Amino acid sequence: MVSTGSTTGSGSTTGSGSTGRFLAPRLADYWLTVAKRTWKGTVVSSFVVPFLYIIAMGVLLGGFIHRPAAQLDGASSYLAFVAPGMVAAQSMTTVFGEVTYPVMGMVKWHRTYYGMIATPLKPSDVVLAHLGFVVFRVGLVAGVFLLVMSPFGVFESVWGVLVAWLVQMLIGLAFAAPIYGLSAGLNNDSVFALIFRLGMIPLFLFSGAFFPVSNLGPTLEWFARITPLWHGVDLTRMLVLGNIDGPLALVHVGYLLVLAGVGTWWAIHRLTRRLIS
Amino acid sequence: MIHAAGLRKSFGSFEAVKGIDVDVAPGEYFGFLGPNGAGKSSTMRMVAAVSPVTAGTLRILGLDPATDGPEIRSRIGVCPQEDTLDVELNVRDNLVIYGRYFGLPRKEVRERADELLEFVQLTDKASAKVDDLSGGMKRRLTIARSLINRPEMLLLDEPTTGLDPQARHVVWDRLFRLKQQGVTLVLTTHYMDEAEQLCDRLVVMDKGLIVADGSPLELIRNHSTREVAELRFGIGEHEQLAPKVEDLAERVEVLPDRLLLYSADGEETLAKVHERGLEPLASLVRRSTLEDVFLRLTGRTLVD
Repeated sequence: MVSTGSTTGSGSTTGSGSTGRFLAPRLADYWLTVAKRTWKGTVVSSFVVPFLYIIAMGVLLGGFIHRPAAQLDGASSYLAFVAPGMVAAQSMTTVFGEVTYPVMGMVKWHRTYYGMIATPLKPSDVVLAHLGFVVFRVGLVAGVFLLVMSPFGVFESVWGVLVAWLVQMLIGLAFAAPIYGLSAGLNNDSVFALIFRLGMIPLFLFSGAFFPVSNLGPTLEWFARITPLWHGVDLTRMLVLGNIDGPLALVHVGYLLVLAGVGTWWAIHRLTRRLIS
Repeated sequence: MIHAAGLRKSFGSFEAVKGIDVDVAPGEYFGFLGPNGAGKSSTMRMVAAVSPVTAGTLRILGLDPATDGPEIRSRIGVCPQEDTLDVELNVRDNLVIYGRYFGLPRKEVRERADELLEFVQLTDKASAKVDDLSGGMKRRLTIARSLINRPEMLLLDEPTTGLDPQARHVVWDRLFRLKQQGVTLVLTTHYMDEAEQLCDRLVVMDKGLIVADGSPLELIRNHSTREVAELRFGIGEHEQLAPKVEDLAERVEVLPDRLLLYSADGEETLAKVHERGLEPLASLVRRSTLEDVFLRLTGRTLVD
């Protein structure tokens, strides 16, 4: 027989948290359990996909492309040019899958978030823990991608690759937070198809991952340079190829940090409004 | 446990709760009875400290939900109307992980999870997927989950809506056992039998207001007669026949499918109906219920 509910119960005071305390770590076990169930699939797919990309785009397609380094943002070969671009682009696409349908599912279909906020947890804890998990996944996926790239001889230095790996998580958060905010307020998942087709795919193709943005012509190039993925691609490429333009690198980091910060604030705001009414 | 005075809740221009006064004492089983849309769930969400109060005073365990939300939520259990179980997790993990949200240590939470699975008779389903459970089992799991923090007060929103009769009785039995352990229980329901089964005291809500309160017996005594004779005639005849039997009972209610004659002795009333040469297609004498109280107070039935 369970000894539930002695009115003086010792357990009842354990959660005594004053308003505003940061309780997101209490969701760690939840996301760990989810990760435990999914990590094998994640690792396998995040190993196979980059491998196929590097072979197809880098080696086989790249075999036809012979340009001087000056036209390839300083890369010695098309393979060296495209590989870091693909890492950054994959960090973005990973995020799109994680904060669209799953967020709507937890708000609307399974109402999991409502169960979470019936406890001492607040919507901000829920958002931060979920985004933390997404960043962790990006770290895992990008880490595997960089490992797959390592035998192809495109890395300049170990520390550059390590920093590039950290940058992938920043790119991840810079995309995850605002898209999370969008998903948190949506009532209908048909918007996601639009986001994927008109948002993710154009960014993926035209943000400098596969060709230098200068090829786009002045107007479109200017446009490409204000998209967040270009900043991520250029920063990743600088770090991997080891030709770093300090001030521009700071602009990239600053841009991504602002997007991550403002996005996180907006995501918390939107989920709070959705759950607390 | 709950003190509400002039409590109101608006969503834009729609006023869901229009000023209610409620006090719930420790250990009490308290119910909000009313039809869908009466404002019960809105009230419950305010009590659960997940919905800001529009106006009036609300204190839960002596605390203000506007400033002490997390503290209040750490000391109550909430069983929502729609299950919010995590389909990603198995049955036992739903309890263990939920306990972690309250900051309970892993070891402690595992012990409690096993005790609670026993309590809601789901031990043999511990490693099953949530999706494979029946509606009644999901409901019991949700109740178990709401008890993981050993709450002082348990809030249940429509605990047996959508369950078959067998499953409802199992849920009622489990909830009744909690009473012996001193838990305060607050529930909403639109089933009068559920209110009668579980509640020491209840308020009847309609259109955002409380229209009556008391124990189920008091409510019946104060707002209805002891017995009811139900007469069923042919379709469409009830309206015209009502005046012919009006003087035979304290009160007559006309429903589309039957006449309800309220009196102290239903059999006697029925006999008089027959003396007048009226032959209903079917008749039934029964005790008054909360359904009759609600009909009297609002002119409408609870379940439409």
